[in-house]
Amino acid sequence: MTSKEIFSILQEKFGDKILGFFEGDKIDPFVNILPDSIKEICMFLRDESGLEFDYLANLTGMDYKDSLGVVYHLYSIKHNHYFVLKVTLDRTKPMLPTVERVWKTANWHEREVYDMFGVIFSDHPDLQRILCPDDWEGFPLRKDYVAPTEYHGIDATPNKLK
Amino acid sequence: MGLLNKLDNPYDGGGFVLARVEDVLNWGRAKSNWYLQFGLACCAIEFMALNASHYDLMRFGCIPRSSPRHADLIVISGTVSLKMAEVIKNLWEQIPEPKYCLSMGSCANAGGPFWEHGYHVLKGVDKILPVDVYIPGCPPRPEAFFDGMVKLQAKISKQAIFNKRKRIAEEDAKLGLPTY
Ligand code: SF4
Repeated sequence: MTSKEIFSILQEKFGDKILGFFEGDKIDPFVNILPDSIKEICMFLRDESGLEFDYLANLTGMDYKDSLGVVYHLYSIKHNHYFVLKVTLDRTKPMLPTVERVWKTANWHEREVYDMFGVIFSDHPDLQRILCPDDWEGFPLRKDYVAPTEYHGIDATPNKLK
Repeated sequence: MGLLNKLDNPYDGGGFVLARVEDVLNWGRAKSNWYLQFGLACCAIEFMALNASHYDLMRFGCIPRSSPRHADLIVISGTVSLKMAEVIKNLWEQIPEPKYCLSMGSCANAGGPFWEHGYHVLKGVDKILPVDVYIPGCPPRPEAFFDGMVKLQAKISKQAIFNKRKRIAEEDAKLGLPTY
């Protein structure tokens, strides 16, 4: 099934929770949805016969400068089709439901997005940093992040070219 | 030292060797560098290859040890993240003297590809522990590592041991540190 067809199925089922369909020649076509409905839409995509997205290929974060986002790359092993979902989040309060109950893979991916972008996944069973140390300050992949000059007394300033 | 030739005729001027204690101790230390079995990033892959039969690091007297308390040598083989830096410092402090440190690859030498923008990378392991030999490369070829190993052995062979404890005690007294 093409993304366009999946989009019309979603639109029929979820109405105005689906914000729009975007297609370009350089990137995969994707569908923008409301963050709060991510879990029910993912459940539907996973379980509906004909769609059956049984594999969350990737889940990652984005910083669009004035907002944050999360991107979901789905794949169906059964039907061999792909689908991309995107959500946009408020920069000051980036929060959305977890899809950990839909695909177990999402557990660590969401922890990574939390670690790097500070996106809060509500109801996540173990939302803590996965790469940076627990006491790390800030979210490194945000565009306004300022790298630390020291960590626990260890000098972390860049080397100077002489 | 030509020691093996003496074994051929132990009764004709053989059987005994006259040498400085310092030389003998240094010889032993230089030729039996047991290293801490630990690796960090892509350089560690090269380091693993070194240990396999093709390059055979063991001919340098290097045996991997799983505990820092058994080790003489630590090889910093890869990118040192700030999270790991604390662990490495801890390991280094657990290695008993005399101990040596080889910094393997650009990352451990100066931050490597992360020298400027790696927010999480220590820009050179020499910021947290004293390095004896730096091996350049990304990653260094096994031959480069062996060159570093030979340089380390040469350095160990020349180290002064006589009165070392006395000298350290004097230095400590100057700094006002307690003596043991
Ligand atoms: S120096 Fe190169 S090969 Fe070695 S750890 Fe760094 S990036 Fe990897």
